Amino acid sequence: MNPLYAQFQQEVPLSWYLALSAALFSLGVVGFIVKRNLITVFMSIELMLNAVNLSFVTFAHQWHAVKGQIFVFFVMMVAAAEAAVGLAIIIAVFRARATLAVDRIDRMSL
Amino acid sequence: MHLILFIVFAGFCLAGAVNLLLQTHPINSALSLIVVMVSLAVLYLLLGAEFLAAAQAIVYAGAIMVLFIFVVMLLNAGREERTAGSRAAGLVGFPAVAVILSLMATLLLHAQGLGTARLANGITSTEELSKVLFTNLLLPFEATSVLVLIAILGAVALASHDEGNATEKKEGQ
Repeated sequence: MNPLYAQFQQEVPLSWYLALSAALFSLGVVGFIVKRNLITVFMSIELMLNAVNLSFVTFAHQWHAVKGQIFVFFVMMVAAAEAAVGLAIIIAVFRARATLAVDRIDRMSL
Repeated sequence: MHLILFIVFAGFCLAGAVNLLLQTHPINSALSLIVVMVSLAVLYLLLGAEFLAAAQAIVYAGAIMVLFIFVVMLLNAGREERTAGSRAAGLVGFPAVAVILSLMATLLLHAQGLGTARLANGITSTEELSKVLFTNLLLPFEATSVLVLIAILGAVALASHDEGNATEKKEGQ
């Protein structure tokens, strides 16, 4: 067999994709806990959503199911809506408090 | 080829995610998140999800990250400050997350019955996807359109500067 063709046929176990998804999710959790800027905390949430999307696509590939991919499509739609509303809330918070540090935003009332 | 592409873009993904944590300026974190999202689009393509790869690049790396960067610039967000709270969270959070990650990775890498992915195998065309989406799942699809409409209205209502209302509140105090 042609060595170039053999290299072309190399396979990747799907468990590697799942492990990558787990690693990205964990990094998102760490960011959510450690970061002290409201916008960066929100970005960590987006990272976690993306990690879960990757595992959805992996399992859709495993079972040859279209519905797994459609689920990812809906997650993307909801994430877009969530980003729009979340960033509007961040702007409203900044207007009321003039800070983005999560340690300083510790009261429910204005 | 698949193996090389997977290793390169998985490396980009992890490097971007780690850089997101290490950077103290939000704009640098946002740019590393764009790297993560574009690499994820390539990984979707490797898994045969061509429509989702395009959607990931357009919706996430395009629209959502533009919103993020726009807000970072609008609010003129500076460097974040490290406090005692963040040090405590780091001390407890990092080991806990490391334990969870190692558990998940061990379980996943020893999982039985999972297949392999290779190039040009199991590609889902946009046609197949849209057939299911616009026949069986038409109602959820329309429901999400209403959701997005509500989100637009909510974002406008939350972010609009309500001048009259604000002065009324101040006078009330």
